[in-house]
Amino acid sequence: MSYWDFLVEYAPKLANGALMTIWVMIGSTLLATAISLVFGLMRLSSNFLIQGAATVYIEFFRGTSLLVQLYWIYYVLPLMGITLSPFMSGVMALGFNFGAYGAEIVRGGVQSVPRGQWEAARALNLSAAQRMRRIIMPQTFSLILPPAANLVVELLKATALVALITVVDLMFVAKQINATTWLSAQVFGTALIMYYLMSRFALVPFLRWLEVVAARKAGKI
Amino acid sequence: MEWRWDFTFEILPRMLWATGNTLLAAGAGYLIATIIGLILMLGQRTPNRLANMAVREIVEFVRSTPLLVQLFFVFFVAPQFGLELSAWTSAMLTIGLHYGTYLSEVYRGALEGVPRSQWEACRALNFSVGYSYRRIVLPQAFPVALPGMGNYLVGIFKDTPLLATIGVAELMHTANALGAETYRYLEPYSMVGFIFLIISLPTAMGLRRLEAMVARAQGKIEH
Repeated sequence: MSYWDFLVEYAPKLANGALMTIWVMIGSTLLATAISLVFGLMRLSSNFLIQGAATVYIEFFRGTSLLVQLYWIYYVLPLMGITLSPFMSGVMALGFNFGAYGAEIVRGGVQSVPRGQWEAARALNLSAAQRMRRIIMPQTFSLILPPAANLVVELLKATALVALITVVDLMFVAKQINATTWLSAQVFGTALIMYYLMSRFALVPFLRWLEVVAARKAGKI
Repeated sequence: MEWRWDFTFEILPRMLWATGNTLLAAGAGYLIATIIGLILMLGQRTPNRLANMAVREIVEFVRSTPLLVQLFFVFFVAPQFGLELSAWTSAMLTIGLHYGTYLSEVYRGALEGVPRSQWEACRALNFSVGYSYRRIVLPQAFPVALPGMGNYLVGIFKDTPLLATIGVAELMHTANALGAETYRYLEPYSMVGFIFLIISLPTAMGLRRLEAMVARAQGKIEH
């Protein structure tokens, strides 16, 4: 079977898998973003309990491995009466795990907004909420976007793990085709190229564009 | 389902034995990665433009594709070309290459961080290239590279569960096997998480310490 024949026969299946990969990525990026913001700000709280809870969460999810968390959510939670679909388990594991890394980025970003900005906002009599929303957060976004973009690129690669809990994503489809045809070089090679194309020519340009928008909003360009 | 301590202690010896394999895989993989990283970094610094570009593209490709897919690629494709690789060999090769690309970037950043004037001073003092590297440049680049190198050591450690998928008998593999034998998944999987936690947290803390120590030895922090 020539490579062209292989593509004609299996490309649609692989493309369907890639679509699922994209859905998993979007879902877990949204969840990870929400968790990053919440736990990143909690880390900065002056309340000892809130700060401690965030620290425990972050250290826990960064200290154990993503695959372990994924298996735990998928295989152990049902034993406690919480049964999630493979897709939901995957999105939750990825979201929780990357949210922990993202929280540290958010914390660093908020902390690196110059002190003078906080003081100026107070001097102008802005409320705490206004200060956060209008002054600190816009500047934080442009600061955290480059490291956050790296994290999202890592997340796209990490989505391949959800294949191991039977989510029918690109990796899962590749494994399936490999098991029936044993055209390993073609199928895994094609999958690698597809991941590469998604990352290099779709995700990365999009994230660069976001960085430019955020920088403009923060008045840097 | 309730936690059973007798079962926990029953499987503990096998889990600990597997932990040894996990540590071995992480350590050996890291060692290979540091060497491959060095080669890739040198490949990006050769005077040959074409070679530089080729190496950079390879690094970019490996960095933007999932380790899991690479693992399967190496494990299943090598036999098609008559190369029977064991699970361990494929795993070490893949981890070495994958993290080698990351480490090459760490090395590159650290070397580029050494000010040009240091090189110029070396030339003015008539030091040989080897001597300049050994006594002037590398001692300054090393503390810059250290945090990145430490992070990827922990990163490799946390990626070792993936090796279970091609049959390396590390922690995750053992937990899967125990689960299949006994139909109890709560204890094995929870223990894997716990073991990871008690290894990676102190390691990360130790690395921070080491960074501070090196920085102090370099005279960067006053005490």
